[in-house]
Amino acid sequence: MSSEGKQPEQSSQSKEAVAKVEIPPVEKGIVDKITTKFGGKAVLAYAKPRRIRFNIKPEDAIEFARFLNDEVGFDQPISVAGTDYPKDNVIEVIYHIGCCTVPEYRSMVFAFALKLPRDNPKTPTLIPVYRGVEYHERETFEMLGVIFEDHPKLQRLLLPEDWADIPPLRKDFNIKGR
Amino acid sequence: MIQLTLPSGIQVEPSEDGRILTLSVGPQHPGSGHFRLIVQVDGDIIVDADPDPGYVHRGEEKMCEYRNWIQNIPHLERPMIADSCGILYPFVLACEEIGSIKVPERAKYIRIIMAEINAMIFELYWLAIYGIFLGHSTMFMWPMGDRELLIDLAEMATGARVTHAYFVPGGVRNDLPDTFRDKAIRQLDYFKHRLDQYKDIFYTNPLFLDRTERVGVLTAQDAINLGVTGPVLRASGVEHDIRKIEPYDVYDELDFKVITMKTGDSYARAYVPYLEMYERINIIKQCLEKMPSGPVRTKLGPNPKGPVGEAFKRVEAGRGELAYYVVSDGTPKPYRIKLSVPSFRMIAAMPHLLKGAKLADMPAIYWSLNYWPVEADR
Repeated sequence: MSSEGKQPEQSSQSKEAVAKVEIPPVEKGIVDKITTKFGGKAVLAYAKPRRIRFNIKPEDAIEFARFLNDEVGFDQPISVAGTDYPKDNVIEVIYHIGCCTVPEYRSMVFAFALKLPRDNPKTPTLIPVYRGVEYHERETFEMLGVIFEDHPKLQRLLLPEDWADIPPLRKDFNIKGR
Repeated sequence: MIQLTLPSGIQVEPSEDGRILTLSVGPQHPGSGHFRLIVQVDGDIIVDADPDPGYVHRGEEKMCEYRNWIQNIPHLERPMIADSCGILYPFVLACEEIGSIKVPERAKYIRIIMAEINAMIFELYWLAIYGIFLGHSTMFMWPMGDRELLIDLAEMATGARVTHAYFVPGGVRNDLPDTFRDKAIRQLDYFKHRLDQYKDIFYTNPLFLDRTERVGVLTAQDAINLGVTGPVLRASGVEHDIRKIEPYDVYDELDFKVITMKTGDSYARAYVPYLEMYERINIIKQCLEKMPSGPVRTKLGPNPKGPVGEAFKRVEAGRGELAYYVVSDGTPKPYRIKLSVPSFRMIAAMPHLLKGAKLADMPAIYWSLNYWPVEADR
């Protein structure tokens, strides 16, 4: 897929989802906790049954993660994924966090996404809150070129040692012959 | 600084004062698979461990962006051919959520049967390797042999021994043969009898107990914060099983227990999957009883696709929680697929557990974590 390809338009789609589906009570409780604490800093993208997603700013990331871990109870890092949107000039880093301790939240996955400028994607590392994200962040660093500030070892992880091209999961990197 | 290479291929690099040695274990070392651990030892004690994966990275996530849903099926099971249904399951579920595809009731039961059979095939493979690396060659032979019982069943259903490409969005590729039920019950009864014998020869063996009890203890809080999953998490006393907490397909209609242990040592991590195999047999038998008749696949168009959106689906595979994050842009090809595989999540636990352990305990800890380099690298 080249950079001319269609891109998901997240904002319009998520607004639609919020308007259409009523938020279930437990999910509503979590959303309310977050919005009371962060107000306009955290924007709700969607709250489907068992799946919640907020969009936040990189400068609030550590505070947000700490609140999520300590106060709300989402304590298990599941995944860190980066997605490249060249049309909007944005790289989106999305953290998926699960919960092991609060019984009614255990079936849920909480996601929060950070939109970073494509030419200078920088965000603080969340290792102080979730130690498990260390290797996920390293992978996102080499695959999309996202700099995680204060990461103790932001080095190549999966790619070959002699890799001398742009980060491969960016959309302008094309597999040869395709 | 003098660098020497031992006949076994391990490189030895002493520190300034000659006290700390840096050893590179792998990637050719038979005890590690396609994976390298750079450990620093002070005498016999590991003071630092640095995992170095990536020797079998194949860019699965990038490949997904060039193929449509159906084309993505065969290559997505390559990272974990020993549990090929487990690694495909969340992808299929995510496609169904994005495309709002209804799955026939019978297909849901067949999927669970195959996922559980595959998880056992994987667990036996892992148990065999765990056995041989702790010097127990009977435990290598027995699970490898008994694994054939289950591979026969999988072959009967799908036509292939290991890489089945059996799950498709909308159900499964084909129905089970008529004789499957009787053969499955016969094979599983015999397999259960064999499992009982594993306990006597392996799990109560004093040599195995000596090498694994109180070795590499992971507390519940550390396990959660490090993000480990599956049997490793449950061995630390956290009752967390996706089949129970977020039932997919028809797991909510089945009756099974979640096995946990409190000790969190290498022994518990080896014992939890063993006890789970009894539960898996139980689940398969229930499915064979309850399975309705009817179609097994919802017919999709030639190039299935869904609207713009994203899905995050997770299942409990043989090694733990396996999740897919799929972003769709409305075209038949996924815009982005992220595989969050259990093996990759175990890497974070390695330095944590190895620091302070004896070098001789490294295989016991490493293999108890259920780490598969090919799956972790993708």
